[in-house]
Amino acid sequence: MTGITSFGGYVPWLVLERKAIFGAMGWYSPATFGVARGQKAVANHDEDTLTMAVAAGRDCLPGGARTDALFLASTTLPYRERLNAAIAAEALSCGASARVADFSGSLRAGTSALWAALDAVAAGSAGDALVLAADTRLGKMGSAAEHLFGDAAAAVAVGHKDVIAEFVGAACVTADFPDHVRGEADRFDRVWEERWVQTEGYGAMIPKALAALGERTGVKPADIATWAIACPARVLGGFAKKAGIAPERFQDAYADTIGDCGTALPLMMLVGALETAKAGDLIAVCGFGSGADALLFRATDKLAAARTAHRGVAGHLAARRDLGSYERYAVYRHLLPLEVGIRGEANPPTAHSVLYRERQAVLGLQGARCTKCGTPQYPPQRICIHPECGAVDQMEPYGFASRSGTIFTFTGDNLAFSLDPPAVYGLVDFEGGGRLQLDFTDCVLQEVKVGQAVEPTFRRKYLDEQRAVSGYFWKVRPVRGGHPADAGVRDGSAGADPSREVRNPGRVPQGKEA
Amino acid sequence: MASGIKDKVCIVGMGCTEFGEHWNQGAEDLMVTALIEALQDAGIEKQDLQAAWLGTCFEEISTGKSALALAQALRLPFIPVSRVENFCASGTECFRGACYAVAAGACDLALAMGVEKLKDTGYGGLPDFGGLLGTLKRLTFPNLTAPGGFAMLATRYFDAYRLTRDQGRETLARISCNSHRNGALNPKAHLRKEITVEQALKAPIVADPLGLFDCCGVSDGAACAIVTTPAIAKKLRPDPIYVKALQVAASSGEEQAFSGWKGTSIETTSRAGQRAYAEAGIKTPREELSLMELHDCFSITEMCTYEDLQISPRGRAREDIEAGFFAREGQVPSQADGGLKCFGHPIGASGIRMMYEVYKQLQQKAGPRQIKNPTLGLTHNLGGFPSSSVVSVAIFGN
Repeated sequence: MTGITSFGGYVPWLVLERKAIFGAMGWYSPATFGVARGQKAVANHDEDTLTMAVAAGRDCLPGGARTDALFLASTTLPYRERLNAAIAAEALSCGASARVADFSGSLRAGTSALWAALDAVAAGSAGDALVLAADTRLGKMGSAAEHLFGDAAAAVAVGHKDVIAEFVGAACVTADFPDHVRGEADRFDRVWEERWVQTEGYGAMIPKALAALGERTGVKPADIATWAIACPARVLGGFAKKAGIAPERFQDAYADTIGDCGTALPLMMLVGALETAKAGDLIAVCGFGSGADALLFRATDKLAAARTAHRGVAGHLAARRDLGSYERYAVYRHLLPLEVGIRGEANPPTAHSVLYRERQAVLGLQGARCTKCGTPQYPPQRICIHPECGAVDQMEPYGFASRSGTIFTFTGDNLAFSLDPPAVYGLVDFEGGGRLQLDFTDCVLQEVKVGQAVEPTFRRKYLDEQRAVSGYFWKVRPVRGGHPADAGVRDGSAGADPSREVRNPGRVPQGKEA
Repeated sequence: MASGIKDKVCIVGMGCTEFGEHWNQGAEDLMVTALIEALQDAGIEKQDLQAAWLGTCFEEISTGKSALALAQALRLPFIPVSRVENFCASGTECFRGACYAVAAGACDLALAMGVEKLKDTGYGGLPDFGGLLGTLKRLTFPNLTAPGGFAMLATRYFDAYRLTRDQGRETLARISCNSHRNGALNPKAHLRKEITVEQALKAPIVADPLGLFDCCGVSDGAACAIVTTPAIAKKLRPDPIYVKALQVAASSGEEQAFSGWKGTSIETTSRAGQRAYAEAGIKTPREELSLMELHDCFSITEMCTYEDLQISPRGRAREDIEAGFFAREGQVPSQADGGLKCFGHPIGASGIRMMYEVYKQLQQKAGPRQIKNPTLGLTHNLGGFPSSSVVSVAIFGN
């Protein structure tokens, strides 16, 4: 059986109330009043499509993402030349033999990547595959898109073993449909008239793709338990009437909580459907863009047990923070010229050969563990850091990315340049040993405490706009729950005990990182 | 076992510019000013110098690389000149070069010049350190600043010794008040105003929990020392100052990456201090030292240094601070000249500026700041961050 073996989601910590957007820009575009309700998910200043995709991948495969194939789908990838999926593969420690590709060009790229992965697994060219889809699309100031778009990512693992949703079939229609168009240098969305898009686009192409799916699989609309169709709600109403589908069978498109997350949307909806589906349920997934893809899955009896391992969409939605102002959003998305000062302007070039040489350490947060004394250390060293050991060249690889830690000390630095001042950073003692000096993110200084539990998160450390380089590394963020695995994790945010000395003996043997 | 350099080297002349915002002077001008004072003080000519060391840290924003800045600004007569750098401990580092040359018998009279011209960057504070730690750390390290690095020491110290943020900050404010009280009397200091605890506590936070008055100023300045053998020194002046100890400790990296370090002290200070006391033959520093010039880049640094140098017991510096132990009239006066706090911290110059105060105090030439009958003075010069540092401890006597 070929199908979905795991799923994960990622929704950023920050949300923006759409009324804040309207409050700032409504004077200019009063017509956006109609869309100015609910919230949109907003990537933090240090997040982008790639970091969110990695976060979803980590949620999907918390035990490690060593897969035969990694496909990354997005229309907002940071690099045009430099394989974005290869950066994600390094961050997820997928292994050098993974088949890796970027899927882009259309919001349909998410479903197309998933379909390609299912085909690869079905054909036997890959034993398993991980599909990531993420987008951080930008609408111009004063546009409806600015309200409607949201930032999020989804991940779906595909394979033969322990399938939680069997792949039943897929179909598509394709046409050059220039509804949303971004040229080579465009950062912002440009869209043709909405009514044309709804009628000739969604309204015409999605039913065609679904009809083709029905023909191929022999499944009737009435048999489908959940329709995960990435399409505006008002258009869905029309389908429902025509096809005789009960409206409650439509999977929520998160329009009021996340926003249209582009390439990720159909996969987010698939993840959402999997979060509640029963064994035997048929789930139709439809992605739209220059045509439409339609994929059909049937939930298996393994789904219920597999669900608990992920935060998914629901888990992330449970722990969020209001960004507070439109201005802050505008700064985080680089919409306006900001006085960053001479410190902020200082931006030395990235030494790419250093990054390549140290890619496992930098992108994968791989450290080393001394095989003589067992001390984990970062970055990887030739001479053991343990003052009483000092063994030379007796290291084995040791991953820190999937381990939590506790805050040893920290500060909130108002002098260092940050888009989210004060820059919060500190020393973190990792579970099992190892101390790292790291930036903290997704936190406010007043809530950070010595002894608090934190977890690593892959982030954009710097953006060199002059040379178009996004530099990635890991930060830590407070562990916030939403994950069943967090149940036993100590969250010091309730008030740290100053007498609690964090001790890592450095000799505790840990399972070898995959 | 090496015998060390105790009593093998003497300071016979010192110079120190006024520290401050010298918008109209470059590093070269400052070095000339410091040298002229030192030559006059020593009663020698420039041609008598046989070797020289230059200590600067941020060469890219002032003097440029190499020792040529010193050799050419002073028009030194083709003698050996070297530039050394060890972060904020660069000043003592160049002094070490000169002392070793004299102790080794390689030359009779050597010059150590520390200088920094910080006020040409276009912004306040030091350049961020993230970019100065090499190409790999630039990819991984937080974009940390000096206040941020030391603020982490305060966070940990408060937590470990159960001080609330307010209690901790008040203690730190007292440290800064003491320096300002002394600095107000020093014509060469940059910031010559007394401050109150309340004023310090109300100041803006620079890097939590450190506020503006917990941080030293940023200044331009130069200071230099001329060293020689005791035999020559006695011919030159009646009151040469003897080097009793000079020790440096550089971190192995274990504080930052291994979890043995408690984060409430600076390991390099403890180690350099122990070795310096051994070299100088000091058994009970709390009783024997007459004064200290500590590297108070931040108030918390000074607080931990009291403990690291075995003046106060661990976790109990607060009691000594509150008892006025470190005041000018106290048992071991600290920062009698105002410290980095009031002088600011022109990196390469600071280590020698501390010696300048100790030198003047031991010669009873410190004017209104004069401490009663001092015999042993210590300087403590720290570079880097609490978790990764270079520290030099020097002890002087007459």
